[in-house]
Amino acid sequence: MSELCLSVRDLSIAFRSGGRETLAVDRISFDITKGECMALVGESGSGKSVTALSILKLLPYPAAHHPSGSILFEGKDLLKLNEKQIRAVRGDEISIVFQEPMTSLNPLHTIEKQIGEILLLHRGLTGAAARARTLEVLTQVGIPDPETRLKSYPHQLSGGQRQRVMIAMALANEPDLLIADEPTTALDVTVQAQIIALLKDLQARLNMSLLFITHDLGIVRKIAQRVAVMKDGKIVEKGTVEKVFSAPQHPYTQALLNAEPRPDPAPPQPNAPMVLETKDLKVWFPITRGFMRKVVGYVKACDGLTVTLRQGETLGVVGESGSGKSTLGRAILRLISSEGPIAYMGNELQGLKFKEMRPYRRSMQIVFQDPYGSLSPRMSVADIIKEGLRVHHPDMTERERDERVIQSLRDVGLNPEMRFRFPHEFSGGQRQRIAIARAVVLEPSFIVLDEPTSALDMLIQAQMVDLLRDLQKRHNLTYLFISHDLRVVAAMASRLLVMKHGQVVEAGDAAELFRNPKTDYTRALFAAAFKLETAPEGVIAQ
Amino acid sequence: MDVKTLPKSVDDQIEPGIPEELKPDAEPAGPIGLTAIPRGFEFSPLNARRWRNFKANKRGFWSLWLFLVLFVLSLGAEFIANDRPLFIHFDGKSFFPVFVTYPDTEFGDDLGTAADYRDPHLQNFLKDHNATEIWAPIRFSYNTINDRPPSAFPSKPTWLLNAADCDFAAKNGYSKCGTLEYNWLGTDDQGRDVLARLIYGFRISVLFGLILTIVSSVIGIAAGAVQGYFGGWTDLLFQRFIEIWTSVPELYLLLIISSVLVPGFFVLLGILLLFSWVRLVGLVRAEFLRGRNFEYIQAARALGVSNKVIMFRHLLPNAMVATLTFLPFIMSSSVMTLTALDFLGFGLPPGSASLGELLSQGKANVQAPWLGLTGFFTVALMLSLLIFIGEAVRDAFDPRKTFA
Repeated sequence: MSELCLSVRDLSIAFRSGGRETLAVDRISFDITKGECMALVGESGSGKSVTALSILKLLPYPAAHHPSGSILFEGKDLLKLNEKQIRAVRGDEISIVFQEPMTSLNPLHTIEKQIGEILLLHRGLTGAAARARTLEVLTQVGIPDPETRLKSYPHQLSGGQRQRVMIAMALANEPDLLIADEPTTALDVTVQAQIIALLKDLQARLNMSLLFITHDLGIVRKIAQRVAVMKDGKIVEKGTVEKVFSAPQHPYTQALLNAEPRPDPAPPQPNAPMVLETKDLKVWFPITRGFMRKVVGYVKACDGLTVTLRQGETLGVVGESGSGKSTLGRAILRLISSEGPIAYMGNELQGLKFKEMRPYRRSMQIVFQDPYGSLSPRMSVADIIKEGLRVHHPDMTERERDERVIQSLRDVGLNPEMRFRFPHEFSGGQRQRIAIARAVVLEPSFIVLDEPTSALDMLIQAQMVDLLRDLQKRHNLTYLFISHDLRVVAAMASRLLVMKHGQVVEAGDAAELFRNPKTDYTRALFAAAFKLETAPEGVIAQ
Repeated sequence: MDVKTLPKSVDDQIEPGIPEELKPDAEPAGPIGLTAIPRGFEFSPLNARRWRNFKANKRGFWSLWLFLVLFVLSLGAEFIANDRPLFIHFDGKSFFPVFVTYPDTEFGDDLGTAADYRDPHLQNFLKDHNATEIWAPIRFSYNTINDRPPSAFPSKPTWLLNAADCDFAAKNGYSKCGTLEYNWLGTDDQGRDVLARLIYGFRISVLFGLILTIVSSVIGIAAGAVQGYFGGWTDLLFQRFIEIWTSVPELYLLLIISSVLVPGFFVLLGILLLFSWVRLVGLVRAEFLRGRNFEYIQAARALGVSNKVIMFRHLLPNAMVATLTFLPFIMSSSVMTLTALDFLGFGLPPGSASLGELLSQGKANVQAPWLGLTGFFTVALMLSLLIFIGEAVRDAFDPRKTFA
């Protein structure tokens, strides 16, 4: 291929912490040629993001340091540059787009000011010239009506638009290399497809190099020419995308490629007893205005949802973010107030007081998305799992509770010896198992799974799906499975509910729906999720 | 609807136990930790790291030790500086004047009042009867007047006396240099030993600060917790109340109250408490507001855990980090408040040992620098130690301090 853009040689990164050295990246080497897209793939903790940050010396020095290696860019070693020299490179010759568009824009400044700042810093552009360039890049990244958007603040934009603005900022000075650090992970599948398409298009048009960091192999296949697979700080395999995907050499790459969750959904149970039934369920948040807090309208998070669930079934709930999926789960468990009847095993839950709800809480449980946020960091695993037992079985002896804890930890495939440890000692997947153990220790019959796999790595996702299905079979559990990840839903759900703007767009047998979606919205969702294809305008919310 | 029957009906639909083939086969030998729960006095890893961070701050660590030593010593002030002996063996009987007030009839006098052990008459009597006496290292209490001084009050520290001072004492009828009792830091303007007053004053300051800090923290945390957790109207009304409350001018109120009530230790504590509890409310409220939307709080709610338990067990530990970081600073400011009030004369009743009073004596007697300097260095040392400890605690609880 053509000229070399960036060359990483023998790069190691180590962190000093409390007198100990941790090697995060171990002697990796890779090259990016001009106009090429290189993908860096690996699970969380494999060192891919750290590698990206080290290219622009954005790590917390001096706690981080480089025992070996060099990063050559246009004949200079970036690692040897001082703070002033590297600042001249940042945002000008090399720029970076981060994962979280919510937090990488300053909420107090307008879009114009934030893009203008970079133009001023590196090119000295001000006034009309800066504005013209800003408009140009905003148009390039496909922000509709860029002139009115100049005066917008980040919170006035949707997640996808914010990420477009981030990309516009990165492109403002026409960098030679763009580093994209999981730029789509925080976005909806539909928006993800758009951003990928945008990046691909821009890269071809501007002939820039792209270093794309991701854990999603589907994206790699879509966008990159070459790929490097990282594991535990080492590059275990690299090569062209076709070669690595068709004939993976390293066992880890093979495992990653086979990590797609195996579809084996629970069959629909049309004759099983009804576990849950809602009729016209509404969760409306009032919008108030003025001094007297007059209600001027409602945000209809759930607008007339009728849901039925029979024993042993899994009802998959899918939709874009903001479509009211999570609200539905929480409303059913009465964690937020709602209107409309909720019948659980034939008993009406709506209107019950906190104390009256308690007996039902035992058999209705929830598992949350974020395994880092859903476990109290100050309690041992045993205490976390025991908490529910203390509430619902106050007469149980401590020994009996301990036995139940051990049983539930075995159920979720964890070593019961670990129960005296604290959550921070566990990986994301193990934490999610603990969260599931906390739910199953009460022997519930119905569990709301609120995006239980979204925060996990691919390999762990597949394991989690296996575990959930296994538990379902053993205990005859009923699941309400909320997810935006359609591959996981396809592997789990017996019936499907597609939501948009708080309403049901389509519902029915999962296998049938996947094969033959009826509405454009559903089709767009599926295309984005399975093929990373963008939808025509107007079909999806963003 | 009959709630009580529900759990049973649910139970019926749950398969009890696991099919045999699915049970984990590798049963570890013996009951795994069922009997011995390793829970004794052991730091959790998080706290162990904090303790390490605290120790890593050498200045704070040694400040803590020095402060603790000084505090514990001052707690036993009666055994260090006292105008009564600790122990007397006399006439085949043992006396503990440090604990018990004996009438002087016990020691051969006939007035029947409490014995004054520093009285030469009583001293001679004991000596004549071969009594064994054990005294504290300093034979003055905070209110003992040195009646044999080398000069008019305030008199110099004894070791600073020079020939001229001795001459002066001899000529003007004061006690001669050779016969003096030692006043290590001199006496104040009422003839009381400064070192003894210092020790007692330190104790009362620290105790006052400690009690004020603890009580106001408990009230402040409780108020903040309720506001933050329940939010809504509770929060709104409470916040407005606190805004009004904090705008009341504290000092004037104190002046008015102390003119009505005799400002003793507990009255002062009560008055200062009225205003100091609000300091932590905002902090704890913010922590609770943030914390109540955490997923593990939601999870606890979904488990049916009651509000009280959620607040105490899940949210309070979170808020405690922010609170603990503040405690040393609150304590130093409590000590400072008491000292300031004493300095102005609105503090503890006249005659009690207090650092503020010592400072105001130093201000009134510039010719006697040992008063002002002693007061200054003591207050400065105490407050610096507390601030150093506070900084170390803050560092130790800093979650971002993972790399260091």
